[in-house]
Amino acid sequence: MKKLPISELNAFFARVAADQKLYLPVEQAGQVDFGCWTEDATVRLDALKTVKSAKGAFFPQVEDMLRFHTQGKNIDIQPTELMNEKFVIFGVRACDARAFELLDRVFMSEPQDPFYAARREHGTVVTLACGEPEASCFCTNFDIDPADPAGDVTAWLVGENYVLRANTEKGEALIADLADSDDDVSAKQAEIRAIAEKLPFANLNLNGFDGEHLMERFSDPKWAELSRACLGCGTCTFVCPTCQCYDIRDYDTGHGVQRYRCWDSCMYSDFTLMAHGTNRPTQVERFRQRFMHKLVYFPSNNEGIYGCVGCGRCVDKCPQSLNIVKVIKALGVKADD
Amino acid sequence: MTNGNIIPMLGVVTDIRTDTPDIKTFRVEALNGGKCFEHMPGQCAMLSIPGVGEAMFSITSSPTLKEYQEFSIKKCGCLTEWLHQMDVGQQVTIRGPYGKPFPVETELKGKDLLFIAGGVGLAPLHSVINYVLDKRENYGKVDIVYGSRSKDDLLDINEIQNSWMDPKNNLDVHLTIDRPQDGWDGHVAFVPTYVKELGFDPNKTVLVCGPPIMIKFVLQALTELGFEKTQIYTTMELRMKCGVGKCGRCNIGDKYVCKDGPVFRFDELGVLPSEY
Amino acid sequence: MQGMILDRVRALMSEGVATRVLGWETGEFPYDRTPKFFNESNLENLKYDSFCGCNLSKYLVNESEKVIALVKPCDSYSLTQLCTEHRVKRENVYALGVACRGKIDVNKIAALGIKGITDVEEDGDTLTVHTLYGDKQVARKDVLLNKCMSCKGKEHKNVDEVIGESEDTSSVERFDMVAELEAMTPDQRFAFWRNELSKCIRCNACRNVCPACTCVKCVFDNPNTGVQNKAAADDFEENMFHIIRAFHVAGRCTDCGECSRVCPQGIPLHLLNRKFIKDIDELYGDYVAGDEADQRHPLINFTKTDCEPSIVHQRGGDKG
Repeated sequence: MKKLPISELNAFFARVAADQKLYLPVEQAGQVDFGCWTEDATVRLDALKTVKSAKGAFFPQVEDMLRFHTQGKNIDIQPTELMNEKFVIFGVRACDARAFELLDRVFMSEPQDPFYAARREHGTVVTLACGEPEASCFCTNFDIDPADPAGDVTAWLVGENYVLRANTEKGEALIADLADSDDDVSAKQAEIRAIAEKLPFANLNLNGFDGEHLMERFSDPKWAELSRACLGCGTCTFVCPTCQCYDIRDYDTGHGVQRYRCWDSCMYSDFTLMAHGTNRPTQVERFRQRFMHKLVYFPSNNEGIYGCVGCGRCVDKCPQSLNIVKVIKALGVKADD
Repeated sequence: MTNGNIIPMLGVVTDIRTDTPDIKTFRVEALNGGKCFEHMPGQCAMLSIPGVGEAMFSITSSPTLKEYQEFSIKKCGCLTEWLHQMDVGQQVTIRGPYGKPFPVETELKGKDLLFIAGGVGLAPLHSVINYVLDKRENYGKVDIVYGSRSKDDLLDINEIQNSWMDPKNNLDVHLTIDRPQDGWDGHVAFVPTYVKELGFDPNKTVLVCGPPIMIKFVLQALTELGFEKTQIYTTMELRMKCGVGKCGRCNIGDKYVCKDGPVFRFDELGVLPSEY
Repeated sequence: MQGMILDRVRALMSEGVATRVLGWETGEFPYDRTPKFFNESNLENLKYDSFCGCNLSKYLVNESEKVIALVKPCDSYSLTQLCTEHRVKRENVYALGVACRGKIDVNKIAALGIKGITDVEEDGDTLTVHTLYGDKQVARKDVLLNKCMSCKGKEHKNVDEVIGESEDTSSVERFDMVAELEAMTPDQRFAFWRNELSKCIRCNACRNVCPACTCVKCVFDNPNTGVQNKAAADDFEENMFHIIRAFHVAGRCTDCGECSRVCPQGIPLHLLNRKFIKDIDELYGDYVAGDEADQRHPLINFTKTDCEPSIVHQRGGDKG
């Protein structure tokens, strides 16, 4: 274990940022999101949830893939260089850290996504235990421990000090120069777990959400009513740490064509639109797709692991208070059914 | 044999054939000649014109053809419109092959085959048919039922009449069009009706492709004739972007059409939500 | 209030006015509200209180059967505007005005540093906030939705009847912030908007919730326009989406404030719309969209006293 007094935090950030990019929760115009550390950035490690999740560190909202130059009938392709510089993302919470593992299952499985893989290779993740879980948090339903998040380094705020534990070689290298500590974090952990146990959504019933009951969940007549108020916006998708669907688009810069990929949302009407129509014509099907994917399709393909980490961002951010908790409660099957 | 690379390579269009008023067949070769990559019948590739768009197309030519690959493409959207206007010599970007092919070397081997196609739906089966003809000894009796809106909309009609129908191929082709037309003395009926009329022996393995509504009624017709869902294969078309099962667009149930399909057996589709 | 509404709705239903009612139901937390079409069988779930900030009028677009709709005073402007634009058939709606004394914004409570909010209890002008970490008290007026801080007044427009007595909850001058922005130098103003708009995640919530955005196919969803986009490719696009949207609703925006309420990044989008409203008021005389049925807004209504294009120069267009 290592120790970092709050008073020395900024000096530590400056040392890290001297030879690599450092991303951490930063406040901008009243909102906290992961941003690049600078000396005058308003660092907000106290903010439990950034508006957007930490996934952007490895899977940015917009990412260049390649560039084309066309001349007459000829095309010249210039691939974009892959990430080749080390970076640190500091202050990731347990839910977002688990989300990286879920994204790995998508992007690191064969065939590996080169852009994601390069970022993953160059990034060091420092997680932060959740001292004060929010009312909308429900990560424990997915066997996530907010008192012991994953990552290359795990940090706890104990009194006036951050206590850090390296979990990997990358992590060890990052905190090697910090002072050793014999602090015990178990009291802090017990405190966090006690809060987590009593959270309003601590005991969701996920019975019946699995590949075996795929058609039953899909055919549930409740989807129509559940989705009735859905605006079809992309808020839930874009704040979600596990949503990984993307679009590939071309942008004419005037000096060539930039092909980029960007986050996409299955909630959008054009997501599956082809020249001759769409297979999900109304918001009922689009809404159902998003939740079926997280609660049934993903676990069906991934040994029962859910595609939700219980961060609660959709609970906080949906303009009309629709969210995955509501869906789980509405469609859940009692254990004895 | 699929390619995981989402970065395309360059190809050049070396021949363009007008098949029907709205279908053209494009021959694509690598810049220094030869095929861009190897594929198996039923697999697809992403073709793109930078700044216009990128889309998934069936590779229409058989893998037994060594020099080039062909794509029969119907004009129906922004990219296909552009493709239809281009000239020989145009470079395009191409990546693939993607998806699961028809099981020509396993489950289909030694079987009597029945191909049923409607309109541009012949394109994905074209590759299989030519593959079968090139390895004719590996397969039993072969029948093809092919229908279109009109005689002018029949794809590859020259090849069908001059090559496929050649007696040495020992293959029966049953053509039909939807409505009577001057200059057509062949059969007139919708494909599903014709299939029922022809009344095939239900020991065949069926490969069907066409508009969704045709597939639906062909399936009914085949069921009436005593075919099982395990004997029938089809190939699906959905919006795709990445081609490698990651972008999420072609997700249906726990399957990704680009990776787990596009070829499916009907009993596999039966356990999926009918969102296609 | 809630009891009065339920009684009246039941009476209207038994009179055969409609079989459905558009209102709010409680979500996962006692302060969450979701719009819902109720019928007789689930009417007991209808909830009306200080958390029903969301404007329901857009849900009436495409409704072909008569429905009883609960409308707050400010919502009634949106409904009237939608009827004026023939996006809602007035005869298909029984507009039941419900009294309002300002709606509470839970995000504002959280912004005070209060964490783990599980419930909010109202007692006159004081709110008791129950949290995972103990109870807190806040003044009701401090945590009202922005739109309530510059309330449109207690009067319902163009409704069939009104239940209860509303309050005007204005506490700040509506155009104060716009005036502040106008007083900035162009550089300062640009910096202000860049700081706000660069947070945008292009979720389209502002557009999708907006009662003035009812195009069947939005220009930004149409691949044939060349401007269809899901993520801003650069800063310019980030700015332009919102500016174009503000232009599209100019003269029709009733300042209902939904765009700012739903923004997950807290961007004060209503300020763009208010700037247009302020300009229209100054150039063409005071005008309130949705104030009356079937009025033509100044931008589509020529009068001989309309300002000349040179007004742009006179107002300082050359300075920027």
